[in-house]
Amino acid sequence: MSGIQQQKKPLNAGGIVLILLLCVISLLFITPILLVFLNSFKGKLYVINTPFAFPNAETFTGINNYVSGITATGFPSAFGWSLFITVFSVGIIVLFSAMTAWYITRCTSLFCKVLYFAFVFAMIVPFQMVMFPLTKVANLLHLDNPLGILVLYLGFGAAQSVFLFSGFVKSVPIAVEEAAVIDGCNPITAFFAVIFPMLSPIAITVAILNAMWIWNDFLLPNLIIGSEYRTIPVAVQYLRGGYGSIDWGYMMAMIVLAVIPIIIFYFVCQKHIIQGVTAGSVKG
Amino acid sequence: MEKSLKKYFLFFVGPTLLAFLIAFVIPFIAGIVLSFARFTTMTDISWVGFSNYVRAFSNSDFLNALKFSASFTIVSVIFINVIAFALALLLTRGIRGTNVFRTMIFMPNLIGGIVLGYIWQFIINGFLSVFGVTITVDAKYGFWGLVILSNWQFIGYMMIIFIAGIQNVPQEILEAATIDGAGPIMTLRKIIVPLVMPSITITLFMTVANSFKMFDQNLALTAGAPGKETTMVALDIYNTFYSRVGWEGVGQAKALMFFLVVVVITLVQLSITRRKEIVN
Repeated sequence: MSGIQQQKKPLNAGGIVLILLLCVISLLFITPILLVFLNSFKGKLYVINTPFAFPNAETFTGINNYVSGITATGFPSAFGWSLFITVFSVGIIVLFSAMTAWYITRCTSLFCKVLYFAFVFAMIVPFQMVMFPLTKVANLLHLDNPLGILVLYLGFGAAQSVFLFSGFVKSVPIAVEEAAVIDGCNPITAFFAVIFPMLSPIAITVAILNAMWIWNDFLLPNLIIGSEYRTIPVAVQYLRGGYGSIDWGYMMAMIVLAVIPIIIFYFVCQKHIIQGVTAGSVKG
Repeated sequence: MEKSLKKYFLFFVGPTLLAFLIAFVIPFIAGIVLSFARFTTMTDISWVGFSNYVRAFSNSDFLNALKFSASFTIVSVIFINVIAFALALLLTRGIRGTNVFRTMIFMPNLIGGIVLGYIWQFIINGFLSVFGVTITVDAKYGFWGLVILSNWQFIGYMMIIFIAGIQNVPQEILEAATIDGAGPIMTLRKIIVPLVMPSITITLFMTVANSFKMFDQNLALTAGAPGKETTMVALDIYNTFYSRVGWEGVGQAKALMFFLVVVVITLVQLSITRRKEIVN
């Protein structure tokens, strides 16, 4: 692991220029979020007319946008549904995908191999291909509610998750499992006592990649449980009124509220997110 | 172990398999069948052969969307990968504050497509208001708006993947190159790029697929306006299903063609870049 990153450069003129350049670039990436934050404290007309100005005595409306926006969008309930769906979907995806991946990696039957390729295949298929039939199947099976959608997320999330888990399982020595069996475990106890704990690094990766996807997902919750149980992305989209009119004051405040949980999540598990992105991409 | 495992198939694979059947396998097969049928619900299906495919091309919407998606994908994939790679090179040189820069550049990737779309609609309209126009006045504003948005969203992610690749280039090889008198450009072309090729395969795959399948950002930023000029394929298919009664079969036919195009593009791209990877 003697990588390039370990060259520590002395701080010379060139180094300072580079740091300044990187400061400017990083600011470019943060500015849009800061602009939204500033504008969330302005009246809606000023958001459109003077988007790049600091709020002043005339344009400042305090937390009005937040107070009315929260009521208009039902934000607390959207937050609750987003949290519920994300937490439970991720939970069952991690658990069941790990079990499935371990089984189909260790089992050499043709069916297991076919199943593995079916999961890989599902990763390429665009959502639009299954979108319409899926809504009908979900209605028919009464999965069109916040509990039912967990099943659908498991179905979609399983593809990539099983793929990632099974890549990792291949690196776990089979002798460990055989030792567990000799010590009196059956496959179920062996899996939960010995194997699953060994999978925890990739389980964290899988959890994070799925959490980011499901928290931000718009189309599936919109089509399946739509207006009745809005998640945050669905609630934000509903701020676009008839004829495309938008109350930009509410919009700014709702975007801030939508982004804050993700940013907190990012700072809490930043290390794992970066590792997850890298590990998750190794075998795309 | 293998034999005793058989009894536990339902326990280990059952739940995932059931969900996978419901969410993917059944809808996928139904999708193929329905692309040859006329229907509005699942009870009034009538077989129509290839007429949905013919109708998909009977107006120019679908072809325009394909063209728009394709040109957007080409432009945004080039920008994202070049900028991400350049940033990755900069951020693997041990510069002070590297971690802070990485953190900030990655951050937009956490925000969902719908929210991103509205953030950029607000900023771009803010700029354009100086000229008295909005993003939906001309398709070129929407096009470049989407390019800027996708760059802002994906550069950080691809940068992280490139950084991981560059960090795996053995230090000894770089030192040997310096001793042999290779300049920075030579080192980049002959050593770093070839050794980072697996990362390039992945980032190209992800950016091509993400750009071509883009939906949320498109819906929130322009919703296809003006007219349908900035409608990408995914949005065109959505609109065919949900804003035109009697066109469900056509939507499904478009979706199937979309699926085939995506498969062909990704297979071609993977086989080209895989060939350039060095086997260690």
